[in-house]
Amino acid sequence: MPKPDESVIARRAELAAALREIVPGEGVIDTEEELRAFDCDGLMAYKQLPLIVVLPETTEQVSKVLKYCHENSVKIVPRGAGTGLSGGALPLADAITLGLGKFKQILDIDFENRCVVTQPGVTNLGITQAVEHAGFYYAPDPSSQIACSIGGNVAENSGGVHCLKYGLTTNNVLGVEMVLMNGDVVRFGGKHLDAGGYDLLGVITGSEGLLGVITEVTVRILKKPEVARALLIGFPTMLDAGKCVADVIADGIIPGGMELMDKPIIHATEDFVHAGYPLDVEGLMIVELDGPEAEVAYLVERVEKIARACNATTVRISESDDERARFWSGRKNAFPAVGRISPDYICVDGTIPRKKLAEVLERISEYSEKHGLRVANVFHAGDGNLHPLVLFDANQPGELEAAEALCADILTLCVEVGGVLSGEHGIGVEKRDLMGTMFTEDDLKQQQRVKCAFDPEHLLNPGKVYPELHRCAELGKMHIHHGKLPFPDIPRF
Amino acid sequence: MSDTLRPETADQLLDTVKWAVSEKTPMEVVAGGSKRDFGRPMQTAATLDMSAMSGIDTYEPEELFVTARAGTPMQELNAALDEKGQQFSFEPPDLGPLLGAESNQGTIGGIAATNLAGPRRIKEGAARDHVLGFNAVSGRGEVFKSGGTVVKNVTGFDLSKLMAGSFGTLAVMSHVTLKTLPQPEKIRTLLVCWRIDGVYDHGAMKVMSKALGSSHDVSGAAHLPAAAAAASSVDYVNASGGGVTALRLEGPGPSVEHRLEALKSEIKDFGRIEELHTVNSRTFWEEVRDVRPFVGRDDLEYVWRISVPPADGSRIALFILESLKGEVFYDWGGGQIWLGLKPVVNAGAEVIRAAIANSGGHATLVKAPADIRGEVPVMQPLSDAEALIAGKIKEGFDPEGVLNPGRMYSGI
Ligand SMILES: Cc1cc2nc3c(=O)[nH]c(=O)nc-3n(C[C@H](O)[C@H](O)[C@H](O)COP(=O)(O)OP(=O)(O)OC[C@H]3O[C@@H](n4cnc5c(N)ncnc54)[C@H](O)[C@@H]3O)c2cc1C
Repeated sequence: MPKPDESVIARRAELAAALREIVPGEGVIDTEEELRAFDCDGLMAYKQLPLIVVLPETTEQVSKVLKYCHENSVKIVPRGAGTGLSGGALPLADAITLGLGKFKQILDIDFENRCVVTQPGVTNLGITQAVEHAGFYYAPDPSSQIACSIGGNVAENSGGVHCLKYGLTTNNVLGVEMVLMNGDVVRFGGKHLDAGGYDLLGVITGSEGLLGVITEVTVRILKKPEVARALLIGFPTMLDAGKCVADVIADGIIPGGMELMDKPIIHATEDFVHAGYPLDVEGLMIVELDGPEAEVAYLVERVEKIARACNATTVRISESDDERARFWSGRKNAFPAVGRISPDYICVDGTIPRKKLAEVLERISEYSEKHGLRVANVFHAGDGNLHPLVLFDANQPGELEAAEALCADILTLCVEVGGVLSGEHGIGVEKRDLMGTMFTEDDLKQQQRVKCAFDPEHLLNPGKVYPELHRCAELGKMHIHHGKLPFPDIPRF
Repeated sequence: MSDTLRPETADQLLDTVKWAVSEKTPMEVVAGGSKRDFGRPMQTAATLDMSAMSGIDTYEPEELFVTARAGTPMQELNAALDEKGQQFSFEPPDLGPLLGAESNQGTIGGIAATNLAGPRRIKEGAARDHVLGFNAVSGRGEVFKSGGTVVKNVTGFDLSKLMAGSFGTLAVMSHVTLKTLPQPEKIRTLLVCWRIDGVYDHGAMKVMSKALGSSHDVSGAAHLPAAAAAASSVDYVNASGGGVTALRLEGPGPSVEHRLEALKSEIKDFGRIEELHTVNSRTFWEEVRDVRPFVGRDDLEYVWRISVPPADGSRIALFILESLKGEVFYDWGGGQIWLGLKPVVNAGAEVIRAAIANSGGHATLVKAPADIRGEVPVMQPLSDAEALIAGKIKEGFDPEGVLNPGRMYSGI
C-alpha cells in the first residue's frame, strides 16, 4: 500500500472537527472502538483502521466532504456494505472511509419505464423486494444480495448466477449520480438508453471507487418469467460436466443459470444444508431454465438429452419452486459450508474460456498438491467464471502465504489460457499485483489516464486496482520521435 | 487532395499514427465509409483508411465470440455467423443508405465506434454491451488493449465501453472482439393496426409499455405512424392505411406460439391485430433498424435520433412536431425517436433539445448537410462537468488531436 502520510494522520482531530461541521450528529466516527467495525471488507485477511469514518446522508454532504478533502489533500475510500471480496473498501491509515450506508431510500419506482431510481446504500435484494408486488425484479443477483449495496454493485460491476442470460450490472444500469473528488455533482445516463457522448456510465461501472462516489443509481427492472425450473445433473467426471456446458451452449440454449460444483463442494454443502445432492458423482451441475411454461418444458427436455449424451448419471428435474430452491440451497450456501470444513478460505475469482474447464481443473489440483492446501471448486460454468475456494488455517504459520501463492498461480493460469483475472469480484488490493500478467505497461497507463480525467491527484481509493500509480503529469507527457518518415511500405494514395 | 494512408498490418497502423503524431497531422479515420457523414465535418490533412485491415482472426461459436480486424465488413461477419446459426444480438444497423452511401459498407470497427444498435437494444443492449475487448493504437502512438474474449470480466477500467461510441476520437481500433449469440429459432411479429384517421402515438406508447412490462419477452417494439407505415415494403404494414405498432417475439418455437397468443389477448382491444411470419418479420425489423422510412426522402433534410425515457416518447415527439414540420417513428418501445425534418433554421436543434430537457436524454443530428453539421451541435451538448471530463479523456488518449479531431464536439 502507499505509505501513509503522517502529516495527515497528525491532523486527525482537526479533520474530524471540520467534518462534523458538514455531517452533524453521529455521522463522523473517530473512536477506535467504533472504527473497528470498518477495518476490513469481505477480504478479511487484510485489516486496517481508517483514519476517520464519515457516514453522510445527502448528496450535498458528500459533495462538501469531498470538496473539503480535495482542498486539504485528504484521501477517501468509498464504502458500500463492505462485502467486497477483493479489498476494494479496505481502509487506509491516512484516509477517510466514506460509507454510503445511510443512503437507504428508493426514490422512484417507474413501472411504465421499467426502472427504479434508488440511493446507493439500498441492498441489491431491496430493489427486487420493492417491485416484486407487481411481478418485477432486478436481474443481477450476486450471492451476497441480501447484504451488498447497489452502489457497491455498480462499483464492482457485480454478477450473479442469472447473468448468463440477463447480463451483469453494467448491462442493467441506466444512470448514476456521482460526486467527483472536487465536489462537483454529475449525472451520467438516466431513464433513457445509451450516452449522447462518451459512455462515461460504462466506464464508471466496475471502476471500484476510483473515479467518484456514486450517490444515486437508476437500474432497469424486468418482469419475472412465468416459470423457472432447474435440472440437477450429476457426472462421473468433471470432463463430462465441462463437455455438457459446451454442448448446451452449442445447441443454441442460453439458460438462466448454469452452475457447476466439484466433489469437495458437493460433500461440504450436503453435510451443511442436506439439499439431497448425490454423493457418488464427481461433478454436479444446476441448470435453470426460465420463461413461459411451454418454453421451459421444451428446453428442459433438450438439456436432459444433452446431459445424458455427456454420460450424466443422475438427472433430476424440479417439480415445484420448493424443489428448485432445494437444488439451489447447496450452491447458495457453498461459502458457509466450506467455512465449516476449514477455518479460513480465500475465494478466487477468474474467468476462462469454457472449453478450458477440464484443463484448468487438472492444473488447479496440481497446484493444490504443490502448495499442500485443499481446493474446492464452484463455477458459474455458463460464462466460464471460476470460484476455486482455497482452504487454509491462518493460525498455522505460513499457510496464509501458501494460500495466496496458490491463488496467484490459479489466476495466472486463467490469464494464460485466454481468460481474465477477475470475473466479478474486482481487483482491489487482492489482485492488484497480478495486473501485469494481463496488461502491458502501456495498457495500464492508458487506463490510468482515464483516472486522471476524474481524479488527477489520486485521492480516491489509492492503492487499489493499479500496482503503481503514475503521476498524471507524467502520464500526460508525450514521447514523440520526430523525423521518422512514413514507411515506404504503407500503401498511400 | 489529402494523403490517404492505408495500413495493412497492426505494425503499419502504429507507424501511421506515430507519423501523424510527430507531424501533428490530423487524420480522418474511415473504413467502409458508410457513416462518413455522421458527426461534425472535420478539417483533416490526411485520411487513415482502415479497409485493408480486414478479416476474421478467430471465430469460436461455442465460446460465443468473434475477433476480427477493425476494417472487416459487417456483411462478411454476418455471413460467417449465419453459417453457424449465430448473430450479433444487438442488431447492428446499416445507416449507409440513410446517409446517402451504399448499403453493406459498414465495418466492425465502425459499428463499435458509433455504438449503434437496432430494435433488440431494449432486450440485448447496444454495441457497448457486446464489445468484449479490443486492440488499438491511441492518439499518442501507443498500442494498447482492453477487455478480452470472455463476458465476465472486471479486470481494470472497462475501456471497451469508452471506445464504443467514441467515433474514433480516442484511438484507432485494430481488432475488435464481439459477443455472438444463437439466432432465435422462430420469429413472429404482432401488429396493432390503428384506425386510419387521427394520431395514435400516445396509444402506441401504452401498447408498447404494456407489452414490454409483460413476461412475454418482447424483443422489438416500434410504432410507425401512418406516413412511415405507408413506406414499408411489407404489405400488411403499408396497406393498413393508418399507424402500425409492431411487437416482436423470438425464441424456441413452442415458446413463441404461447407468448403470441397470450400477448394477442392482452392487446386486442387497442386495434385490429395482424401477424407477420418469418420473412415479413425480418424485412420489417430491418426497415426499422436501418431507418428505411426516411431513406430516399429528399424532403426530409435533417434526421435526428432522440433517446428518451420510453413512456415520454410520443409526448416529446408530438411537442416537437407542433412547431417543426416533419415526421417521426418510434423504436425501443418509444425510447428512440427517429425524427425527419423539413428544412428549418439550425435543423430545429433548439426546439428539440428544449423538448427533452425535462425528461433527460439526448438528441443526435444523424443526417444533415455538412455546413449545418458544422454549425449545429451534432451530439447532445455536455454539461460543464461532463465537458471537462470528456476533454481530459480526449487529452489522455489523443493529446495532439490527430484522430478525428472535432468529430463529436469542438476539440473532441
Ligand atoms: C458471501 C459473499 C458472496 C458474494 N457473492 C458474489 C457474487 O455472486 N457475485 C459478485 O459479483 N460478487 C459477490 N460478492 C462480492 C460483493 O458482494 C460484491 O462485490 C458487491 O457488489 C460489493 O458491494 P458492497 O456494497 O458490499 O461494496 P463494498 O465492499 O463496500 O465496496 C466495494 C467497492 O466499491 C466501492 N464502492 C462502494 N460503494 C460505492 C459508492 N457508492 N460509490 C463509489 N464506490 C463505491 C468501494 O470503494 C470498493 O472499492 C460476494 C461477497 C460475499 C461476502
